[in-house]
Amino acid sequence: MSSQFDELKRQVMESQVWQSIFRHGYEDTPRNRILMVSGNVWLHLHPSKVRKHATRLRFTWCMGGITFLMYLVTVVTGVYLMFYYRPVAEYAYADIKYLEFDMPFGMLMRNMHRWAAHGMVIAVWLHMFRVFMTGSYKPPREFNWVVGVLLLVLTLLLSFTGYLLPWDQLAIWAVSVGSNMGRATPLLGYEGPFNEVLGVNPIYDARAFLFGGGEIGAHTLLRFYILHCIFIPLVTSLFLAVHFWRIRRDGFSGPAL
Amino acid sequence: MAEMGSAATRVEVTLKKATGPGDDKVHTWPNLVRAEFLCTLFVMIFLLLWSLLVDAPLEEPADPGRTPNPSKAPWYFLGLQEILVFFDPWHAGVVAPTFIIMGLMVIPYIDINPKGNGYYTFKERKYEIITFIFGFHVLWISTIIIGTFVRGPGWNWFWPWEVWDAHLVEALTNQDLPYLVGIRDYWTAAVFGLSLIIGFFVLGTAAMYWWVVWLKGREFMQRWGAARFFLTSFLTLNMIAVVIKMLLRHILNVKYILVTPWINV
Repeated sequence: MSSQFDELKRQVMESQVWQSIFRHGYEDTPRNRILMVSGNVWLHLHPSKVRKHATRLRFTWCMGGITFLMYLVTVVTGVYLMFYYRPVAEYAYADIKYLEFDMPFGMLMRNMHRWAAHGMVIAVWLHMFRVFMTGSYKPPREFNWVVGVLLLVLTLLLSFTGYLLPWDQLAIWAVSVGSNMGRATPLLGYEGPFNEVLGVNPIYDARAFLFGGGEIGAHTLLRFYILHCIFIPLVTSLFLAVHFWRIRRDGFSGPAL
Repeated sequence: MAEMGSAATRVEVTLKKATGPGDDKVHTWPNLVRAEFLCTLFVMIFLLLWSLLVDAPLEEPADPGRTPNPSKAPWYFLGLQEILVFFDPWHAGVVAPTFIIMGLMVIPYIDINPKGNGYYTFKERKYEIITFIFGFHVLWISTIIIGTFVRGPGWNWFWPWEVWDAHLVEALTNQDLPYLVGIRDYWTAAVFGLSLIIGFFVLGTAAMYWWVVWLKGREFMQRWGAARFFLTSFLTLNMIAVVIKMLLRHILNVKYILVTPWINV
């Protein structure tokens, strides 16, 4: 019986189909260990060998990885939410209720989306703190720190634009308070210093540009929806690619040998 | 003989490169991938349990005509909302965040200390770490905690064990600093305020210059360069200024230092 099974296994694993998919064996050999990483489109984000300290949690806190994981969770759960949500003032709130009470796993998906978003903000701050404490921004990695600061800003913007979408009292007032700062921008804001220089007015200033109109309303909802679901995720993905690529090129930081 | 010596050195260098101390490397699979996998697993279990137990908030439908009191920004911006108590919106909401972002971005360029690259150390980078912890933990995180947990209706201060009283009236006894010191004339007050602010930055920069020279020597100051020095002192003085303004408000009820028809600081 067991020999028949072995025979079948051998036939499957030596078949053209199997070998076209899996290019290396299971055995724990140095060659396979390297192929596991270099032959895998996701894992080859990593070099096939890393310095020992870089695998330690007490060095990295795994915070960069957790930030990225939270980003992926929000992408997956966010796509699920998009199936049921319409960014229209008349429907948005009802859609959230519908999602919470009638859709399979709707409440869970919404909870995971929101908590992962908060988690991402916390993780990205802790990641920044860790990178500072290990001095990992020092040459040659200066510019990757700058990219990281941009990603921090993008994380906050992602979370902020998403805050409006449930279209409840919490949403519009939190976003109003946050965006009122735009109205106070020097030169560009209607209530900011030197506003008369450029002739800005309540429906044509920095906040109106963000809101898509003079007051927060249906137009703002659509604008924030597109920023939240398409524009900022695209920009974030581009900067993530640069961020990861540069880590790969410069290697993990570590004490001199 | 000299020929042989250099050949020997070359061989030695080649050997060092191949087997020398550069080789504390381990295979990514399984060493790093296992750590990442376990980390992912624990975080996902935690997130799933948390999401099963705690529902995301959803209040009543949006009503632009009914402003809740207090209206709070998302929690990660509450540090900025908290400093609105001390600064005008153009300052707290636009200038301060711009300085924070720019300040974070220039860190790798103003920090020329070659030590502490890739390992934890406090001894070798005391001042960098103290400055960062002051900015990140003391200013940013603590103002977020204040804004989240101790600010109630009217943005008044309520301890977590106190009941929010929406009708609490706090006497507004704030006055501008020039008025406090007895200046009643408008233009004298403006000149006084402006001189204080310019004086703070000029004297602060000078003090920082002498302090760095005393601490690190002239040779370091030359290596550091004018651009790095002025950027560092400007950003550091801004952080200190936030604390000074907070203390002036809390202790002396000072509203503005500089009062003009265009801007107030």
